This record gives sequence, C-alpha cells and structure tokens, in this order.
Amino acid sequence: MAEMTLQAVPESLDRVLEFIDETLERSQFPAKVQVQINIAIEELFVNIARYAYRPYVGEVTIRVKTEERPPQVTIRFIDQGKPYNPLKKEDPDVTLSAEERKIGGLGIYMVKQSMDEIYYDYLDGKNILTIKKKAD
Amino acid sequence: MKITKSKENSALTLALNGRLDTNTAPELETELKASLDGIETLVIDMEELAYLSSAGLRVILAAQKQMNKQGRMIIRKVNDMVMEVFEVTGFTDILTIE
Repeated sequence: MAEMTLQAVPESLDRVLEFIDETLERSQFPAKVQVQINIAIEELFVNIARYAYRPYVGEVTIRVKTEERPPQVTIRFIDQGKPYNPLKKEDPDVTLSAEERKIGGLGIYMVKQSMDEIYYDYLDGKNILTIKKKAD
Repeated sequence: MKITKSKENSALTLALNGRLDTNTAPELETELKASLDGIETLVIDMEELAYLSSAGLRVILAAQKQMNKQGRMIIRKVNDMVMEVFEVTGFTDILTIE
C-alpha cells in the first residue's frame, strides 16, 4: 500500500497524478484503464480541493492499494472537511441538447461510469471515498 | 497543453496538443473568448490530444453553445480514449465529430 498526504488545493493535482502513476507502474494496467483511473483521480481530487474545506485549506490523504489476483487497484480519498457525499449528486441527463445542458455534474458521473466500485463513508469526522478498478 | 491556431477568413482551427484537464482548460477557454468574434466555422483538431476530463468538456460545451449561435463547430481526429469520454457523457450526440 502507498499513501500520501498533501494540501487539498487544485495546484497539487499533478503531484497526485504522478504518485498514482508511479504506484500503478508495476501493475501494468492497460493504457485505457490507466486513463480512466487518471480521470477519476482528477475529478475526485479537484472536488475535494475546491469544496471540502472552503473557504479554508485542509489536507487530503490518498491511499492506493494494488492487488495482483485479480489485478485491481483500490484508491481511497480521506479528508476532514465538510461532510459531503458526491454520490448523492443527481446524475446529469446525458441525452439533452447542447442548449439544455447544464455545466457541471459530469465529473462524478464519469467516475461512476468508469469505475467498478465506488462508495462513500463518513466516519470520525472524515469523508472517505473509495474507488475500485479491475485491470480488465 | 499547446494550442496551435490557424485562421482563414471566418474559419478558425485550433489544434490541441497534450492534456485538456483542470489545469489547462482555462487556457482553451481564454483562447476561445479572444478568438471567436466573427468566426463562422470553428474546427477543433484533437489528433494530439492525449487526455480529456470534465473540466475540458465544460469548455467544449460552452464553445458548442457559442458556435450554435454564430455558425458551426467541428471536432476532428478524435482518438479512441477521447471518443470514449464523449460517448460516456453523451457528447457524441451534441458535437459534430468527423
């Protein structure tokens, strides 16, 4: 298992993605899955960075666990900001025309569509969001 | 991300190279705001675009809405990875992808 704790600010995104890429390097996930994981990390991290502690700044811990049989990765985001379950956000209607579309809500929707599992807990004052993705 | 611009009369082509994400989407937004005046055809070339997240989708949607008012927008040379993002989010139905 690998873990990193850093300030939850959008500027930290590149460091988070580097950390995830390094951790996944040995697991040889297909390129397509790696991109899906990168997108999920970006969407979830940026959400926390923008909203969890607003207007203050706090920390987020990211835990990555890879397994080999079957090859899969579990990534957990832990913050101590305002209780917020992003999974409760209503899915955007992806059949609307450009004019009718609202901006927003697409990020978490993409994460839900691309990950195998996603769940949220609020425990001891902490938001804990977990995603799981299999290699195939 | 690198944006390469080419303009011919009222047609503007923007070729995107790199990642269109939370950090780089504002660059494209700024470029579009500065460049769309009088443009009737906007082409976004995605051949060298390696990554697209929802921050990029937002800017693309705003551009599509703008071009619906003043002309048309065409997305070109979309690779498999970017196409999957368009498909999952239903953007394939609102964009003109060639």
